[in-house]
Amino acid sequence: MHMADALLSPQVGGVLWGVTAGTVAYCSRRVRQLEDDSTVPMMGVMGAFIFAAQMINFSIPATGSSGHLGGGMILAILLGGPAAFLTIASVLLVQALFFADGGLLALGCNIFNLGFIPAFLVYPFLFKPLAGADPGRRRLFLACLVSAAVALQLGALGVVLETTFSGISALPLSSFLLVMQPIHLAIGLVEGVVTAVVVQLIRQQQPGLLQLASATPARPLFSWRRTALALLLVSLLVGGIGSWYASSQPDGLEWSVAKVIGGELDSTSSLIATLDNWQQRIAVLPDYDFASATADSSLWSSRFGTSLSGVLGATVSLTLIVGLGVLVRKRNQR
Amino acid sequence: MAGIDHSLFDLTALDTLAYQDSPVHRLDARAKVLTVLVFVVVVASYDKYAVLVLLPLLLFPVSLLIMARLPIAFLLKRLALVAPFALLVGIFNPFFDQQVQLQLGGLAISGGWLSFLSIILRFTLTIGSVLVLIAVTSFPAICHALGRLGVPWTFVLQLLFLYRYIFVLGAEAERMVRARSLRSFHGRGNGLKVYAALLTQLLWRTLERARRLYRAMLSRCFSGRFRLLSTSRFGPKELLFVVGWSGYFILLRLGSDAAAVRGWLEGVF
Repeated sequence: MHMADALLSPQVGGVLWGVTAGTVAYCSRRVRQLEDDSTVPMMGVMGAFIFAAQMINFSIPATGSSGHLGGGMILAILLGGPAAFLTIASVLLVQALFFADGGLLALGCNIFNLGFIPAFLVYPFLFKPLAGADPGRRRLFLACLVSAAVALQLGALGVVLETTFSGISALPLSSFLLVMQPIHLAIGLVEGVVTAVVVQLIRQQQPGLLQLASATPARPLFSWRRTALALLLVSLLVGGIGSWYASSQPDGLEWSVAKVIGGELDSTSSLIATLDNWQQRIAVLPDYDFASATADSSLWSSRFGTSLSGVLGATVSLTLIVGLGVLVRKRNQR
Repeated sequence: MAGIDHSLFDLTALDTLAYQDSPVHRLDARAKVLTVLVFVVVVASYDKYAVLVLLPLLLFPVSLLIMARLPIAFLLKRLALVAPFALLVGIFNPFFDQQVQLQLGGLAISGGWLSFLSIILRFTLTIGSVLVLIAVTSFPAICHALGRLGVPWTFVLQLLFLYRYIFVLGAEAERMVRARSLRSFHGRGNGLKVYAALLTQLLWRTLERARRLYRAMLSRCFSGRFRLLSTSRFGPKELLFVVGWSGYFILLRLGSDAAAVRGWLEGVF
């Protein structure tokens, strides 16, 4: 379920590249300033372990198919958020280069879907509360199973949203969701079982290893201001200049929603029309452009409008993401 | 990270290609990485119905392929192996988008087919150029190029470690799988139980290896960074490569007003 360059617009790819690059910089700093510098060789070898582990399969009874270890969650549990993120990112970069999985522009999306989500969303906000400080057998099993399944669901959702926002594929959002989510629920449950069994075995044989994740540094190590500034610059560039070259065709999401709703909801069409009317009136930049630009169609004013909407959109998304990051950090410090 | 069951063999084959010698191989890795990045962004920036205007961009991967004397069949096979996801998503376009976009004589081509063709072409261009990049540049060289381009050294170190140990642990996993299948009759012992035991065994060996590695590094005064004798530099050849190709891509992009080309086509037929 790697996102592919061929389905991606430079805007979506660029924004996620920015987010990923910022996170790599942040995690590198965190890892470098760990007290215990044995993490560095550990990360490298664990990344190779993920590759090697995926060469071993097991057969799932009564289905004729086979399953294997996913990777994201087990790395987060063994190494903790930042180190796990760097490890997953490196694995994905090698995959993109050697196995041509996804491509370079989509690398940002893939690292976000398969690295950021398990390491910085699912691990701190789902796995840790579920597992607690000293979980029993059943509780640990359940925590691993649920986290692995949720991480994969969110990852698949990421692929669907990134594809839809890019607007290259004409597949409606609803059908795409219906295809992707159930398949990945099945895969995620299998992965979850494997993760749970392996974590259980680790705890039986070397319980000390699972404590590794709690070794977080005490003092703040990282300047949010600089990273935020860099992220902002990248997104502004992408939003401002990149948006000139965006497709003038309707956005994939709007288009597919229109298609889905168009035929079936005729009885409520007056409601929709009213809502649409309202939205046009309320929106500052309807359809990513100044409201007046439709009348005055000179190239520069429309370009400026498009740029401005790109810049605004990027700023808003960034604020959301940085806010989330601050939340994660606060939580980690506690 | 679902679905890496590609064998180590392909990895080794690409690695061997990267250590051959040609004018393209000799270029500084930074030049090649930067040019491919520009290329990928330009390809992605085209209109969703762009087909014919994308064709001139094929010049880049193809000319590198020829100059570096790469085996075309091998690369095409790799390309075909990873095609399914993009194709699967793209194949629905002709069904959902049936508005006629192009008239070629009596033949009406719907937007869906155009965008489907466009997805195939984009896929070939982007993935093809990445495969060519890795076939003309060794992975350690790419890592150092990334480091010198500003990627944090911790991450570069991670990439180098990972790459080194993929081969070691991969061979170990292969031996384990072979041992299991030699002892398995009628598919017995291929279930979750034995699998989990194998995996945990592999994990112990991995962790033990990490411990030995760390001690070895400490005893050799590891300071958090690999010291390198750097022989390649960013000279005029590299500058020409980056500026020349990027200029070509950007000029093509600016000159490719999809509407103009469509009008021209309609005039011809």
